[in-house]
Amino acid sequence: MRFSIYRYDPDRDERPYMKDYELEPQHGDRMLLDALVRLKAQDDTLAFRRSCREGVCGSDAMNINGRNGLACITRLADLPEHVTLRPLPGLPVVRDLIVDMTQFFRQYESIMPYLVNHEAPPERERLQSPVERAALDGLYECILCACCSTACPSFWWNPDKYVGPAGLLQAYRFLADTRDLATSERLDNLDDPYRLFRCHTIMNCTDVCPKGLNPAHAIGRIKEMLVRRAV
Amino acid sequence: MVNRIVVGAHYGWRDWLVQRVTAAVMALYSVILALVLLPGGPLTYEAWKALFARGWMRVATLLFAASLAWHAWIGVRDILMDYVKPTGVRLALQVLVILLLAGCLGWTAQILWGTP
Repeated sequence: MRFSIYRYDPDRDERPYMKDYELEPQHGDRMLLDALVRLKAQDDTLAFRRSCREGVCGSDAMNINGRNGLACITRLADLPEHVTLRPLPGLPVVRDLIVDMTQFFRQYESIMPYLVNHEAPPERERLQSPVERAALDGLYECILCACCSTACPSFWWNPDKYVGPAGLLQAYRFLADTRDLATSERLDNLDDPYRLFRCHTIMNCTDVCPKGLNPAHAIGRIKEMLVRRAV
Repeated sequence: MVNRIVVGAHYGWRDWLVQRVTAAVMALYSVILALVLLPGGPLTYEAWKALFARGWMRVATLLFAASLAWHAWIGVRDILMDYVKPTGVRLALQVLVILLLAGCLGWTAQILWGTP
């Protein structure tokens, strides 16, 4: 297989360039991450993040043949002979395939990603009915890999002001949680032409999510909640 | 002046809802116009004039034009917010768009009610 990989070391390179590699996958190489680890053995200057290697930590998100995804759960068998790898689009590049996620996590932090409940805690735990718990399915599974937000044109244009699909999916995860009592505060925080309403339902987020989640749907629910509160 | 990022205008849902409602109005008008035009014979100047001589047709057309203008205002403002970063230039362009759309709407009313 032939790999064209985005290379950039700000300390040494004047500008980014694409470097080509040839690699014959060995027995047992199943995922793109396996190939990357082999390439790293060939050329130890190649830099990328990885950790759990099973689609849970979200470290190895990258742009694979023009589409964001996780290298560890992208099957080599599903890729063409020529694979082009670039860092996630729209974020500053630290080095090679590693991006600076500060902006992304700043937006995540801004939606208060924790339960807010000032009532006295019960003796054991705050209970939910099975139906109430089911409302969180499709929301809590997000691993914050940033594939969705960095595929979103609205996030590319306004990463400092638009929360982005990942942050908004998490915002809805807490809006939908019956144990959380800060609903109105959360909605106030999002009722903004930039923070929420930069979403024009382009749906790149839902298209690329490696966990099969639907941020566009969650964003729609937040808009509905805002309308329901006001009308 | 320190250029800090400022968000929190606390508007948005109203425009979002208005865009959906105006879209529905435009879709409905398009269906009505198609229903009125399709069964008729060749569309002559007289037939067209007779159609717009009816009061309800004029009101419906004005509603359509108003919906289009309002819908377009929100859409164009969104585009300007995405691509035009200097606040002064953006404000000037927004004012220009409002004046243009308001002008078009006034002109529509004049055409609908002004023609003899």
